[in-house]
Amino acid sequence: METIRLDYPAEHTVPRRVHVGVVGSGDLEVLLEPSQDNQAHVLVNTSVDGFGVAWKNVLDRFFARFQCAVSIEINDFGATPGTVMLRLEQAAEAARA
Amino acid sequence: MNAEATPAAPRDYSRFLERRSFIEMRARERARAVLDPGSFRELLGPFDRIKSPWLPLQGIVAQADDGVVLARGTLDGRPALVAAIESAFQGGSTGEVSGAKIAGALELACRDCEQGRPVLPVLLLETGGVRLQEANLGLAAIAEIHAAIVALRRHVPVVGVVAGMVGCFGGMSLAAALCSRLVVTRQARIGMNGPEVIEQEAGIAELDATDRALIWSLIGGEQRWAVGLADDLEEDDAESIAAAVRRAFASGTPPALPRTVLIERYRERLAAIDPRQPLDGKTLRLLWNEPP
Repeated sequence: METIRLDYPAEHTVPRRVHVGVVGSGDLEVLLEPSQDNQAHVLVNTSVDGFGVAWKNVLDRFFARFQCAVSIEINDFGATPGTVMLRLEQAAEAARA
Repeated sequence: MNAEATPAAPRDYSRFLERRSFIEMRARERARAVLDPGSFRELLGPFDRIKSPWLPLQGIVAQADDGVVLARGTLDGRPALVAAIESAFQGGSTGEVSGAKIAGALELACRDCEQGRPVLPVLLLETGGVRLQEANLGLAAIAEIHAAIVALRRHVPVVGVVAGMVGCFGGMSLAAALCSRLVVTRQARIGMNGPEVIEQEAGIAELDATDRALIWSLIGGEQRWAVGLADDLEEDDAESIAAAVRRAFASGTPPALPRTVLIERYRERLAAIDPRQPLDGKTLRLLWNEPP
């Protein structure tokens, strides 16, 4: 098990918090909440060690488009990068809807 | 295939296609599907982060709600409580926190009932039983759930649902048995030990855990219903299951004698069975057949 923390600049806000996903095999849960300091913060708890670079790549790409001040907690149970991106997009869509 | 050879039996696929699978829903969706539309209100949700302190110590990622969704809402306008177990997280296993969430909610519902404010309790059980990583703490929580069900069912029916595909095993199968009414689907399984455990302990000659037809003929939902250990057999359809839950409460006061107090009846039934003779599901249905 590994914990990863990343921060990103933000320009917008989101109106609500959102929970999607499940800590099941090959899946993850995302808890997304508005943050108060005009920055985005990500905390990843993952069951698979040694994929810090892959996490950074996925989150860099996500926050290149989603520039919102949020705190995101990810509880991951071995999801592939594609699944991680889909869950993040799902959370983002629900937060903005 | 020529048309004449095919029996002219028009099949109604529309019902099948319109069906909303309950099995495919996650715990939160299941709780929403059972309650009156728009009445779902979650207690101790994921953002409260009441999760297992034990799993991370063992290198296992915890889930923010520890795999149990508690919701207040209404059933036909009457106050209700739903506890839904998320089978995708650690096989729906009952840990210290997830078990305490269920037990605590049932105890509060019981207190409300005692104070003249009836709450209709529904348990959506999808669990392999105790969470082995939390051992005795999980077992203690399961004992509290049992005690809470027994206390609560004096006031209102406690309705359990086992939909599948995980089923309901271990100490939580006792919780299912303690329910005033139990709703199952054909896909459900209910048993103390799972088939893999039995094969591992007693050998493949006793039970082949890969033989799905055999497993379901012994512990499947339809079999459990046919021998009187479950009350309603429903299709895997959210509306059918939600309707069965409402019917269970509409049947009025809890049954005077829950199955689990009919000790003599089951003792006699067991005494009539010779364990040296092979027994299959079909024979048990004949022996234990009772009007549903």
